[in-house]
Amino acid sequence: MGAYFSEIFLGLKSLFIGLGITFKEFFKPVVTVAYPYQTIKMSERYRGHIELIEDEEGNPKCVVCGMCERGCPSGCISLASESVEYEVEVKGEMKTKKKKVLTKYDLNFTTCSLCGQCVESCNFGAIKFSKEYNLASSRKEDFHFDLLNRLKERNS
Amino acid sequence: MSGPIHIRPDETFTLNVGPQHPATHGVLRVKMEMDGEYIVKAETVLGYIHRMHELMGENRTYPQVLPNLSRLDYLGALGYTHGHVLAVERAAGIEVPERAEYIRAITVELNRIASHLFWFGAFVMDLGGFTPLMYAIEDREYILDMLEAVTGSRLTYCYYRFGGLYNDVDDDFIAAAKAFIPRMRKSLKKYDALVTGNIIFRKRLEDIGPISAEMCRKYGATGPVARGAGIDFDVRKNEPYSVYPEFDFDVPVYHECDSLARYKVRMDEMEQSLRIVEQGLEKLPDGPIMPKKAPKLIKPPAGDYYQAVETARGSFGIRIVSDGTKNAYRFKLRSPTYSNMSLFDEACEGMMIMDALAMMGSLDLVIPEIDR
Repeated sequence: MGAYFSEIFLGLKSLFIGLGITFKEFFKPVVTVAYPYQTIKMSERYRGHIELIEDEEGNPKCVVCGMCERGCPSGCISLASESVEYEVEVKGEMKTKKKKVLTKYDLNFTTCSLCGQCVESCNFGAIKFSKEYNLASSRKEDFHFDLLNRLKERNS
Repeated sequence: MSGPIHIRPDETFTLNVGPQHPATHGVLRVKMEMDGEYIVKAETVLGYIHRMHELMGENRTYPQVLPNLSRLDYLGALGYTHGHVLAVERAAGIEVPERAEYIRAITVELNRIASHLFWFGAFVMDLGGFTPLMYAIEDREYILDMLEAVTGSRLTYCYYRFGGLYNDVDDDFIAAAKAFIPRMRKSLKKYDALVTGNIIFRKRLEDIGPISAEMCRKYGATGPVARGAGIDFDVRKNEPYSVYPEFDFDVPVYHECDSLARYKVRMDEMEQSLRIVEQGLEKLPDGPIMPKKAPKLIKPPAGDYYQAVETARGSFGIRIVSDGTKNAYRFKLRSPTYSNMSLFDEACEGMMIMDALAMMGSLDLVIPEIDR
């Protein structure tokens, strides 16, 4: 009989301790944000999808070495280039040289695992992470990014 | 109360828990043969989200496997990548600067606290209490914010590199981590009063869900499950790696073998992890985070390498058989939850289903890590 009443007393005691803690929490400021209307500041190192960096003339810095393509574990980067002949003056003589120019930089974001290997393996500082996180769509074509086109749109 | 019962085999029925069920914490199916509310026999069915991580480790180069390891266990991801980089560093003979080692230890322990916090919330929710989950998530959010500012992602980190780290921590991180420690200590006291002292919680767990030390040895269970059964084994103490010998911390061990013992082990572990973070921040040396000669192409000499680390769920082992090329010849992972889960079939025989689900919660399951 004593155990019965002590159990009731213990139950009530732990009930009131719990209620007290939740009651105290009730007066604390809210920690949530109303998302579509309010957003929090993104951290500096946030890793979104990659983006090409431009040089002073507005062209991509990329020299099409293919390190990002080879380093990518999921194989979501595909590059294409064409060689362009250009003339340079070497010791007063005009010489024609060839160089690769980027014609296509496609990112298949559906398989990207955001590991950062591409940015790390780039020796020319030609790609960076974007801060975009509001990516939602029901069509997978929306996640095939043409980064060269995005660069042109940014410049225009 | 569960106990020995008289079972009539002709009156049993089969109950499927999962594959998609809130109680299973993922895509896990348990086929239970039931006699009323009592479990006669349980059979765990795995393989619903198998993703061939071991094979992917064999047909990719070593750096390319790095992001995979954090996909094993999305709650305590850093511990798994830590195991991988340690294994490859030892195989290829890469020196790691001291600062990088300390930052690794700090971030791994913070991640362990985050993992235990989420387990704590989910476990109490399994037993019917919702509020502690919200409090635990709020505390965990501070850790995720800190780690996001350093690593760039919130859950599936790809932060460690062979020889060091992706980038250095800044003063903001150190200040935030220092401010977090007293806050977390206060929260642990709150959880103690709110949950551990709660009479309903105690009655659901005390002397229920027995997992003996013998059973742990039989199935190879490690981590908090084994420590709740009185086995004093922690890879950080028994086979020290990284800078763990520099830290002063205890390994909590309880001998009750019930679900409450496993709960207490994890709650004490959070306190110990806080101690490690505190000491790590104090001792954090200056210096580089990558060695001067970090090899770009990693080709470990031919041989067989094994490295075990203590993750939030137990001992995680990684075995690499190298044939001297840039790919591993054999890439084998020994994940802790797989062993912890395999004793469930034997342990839950004769228990009531609600007690068995509470015991399943106390095992701290993350299914992608079983079906790797």
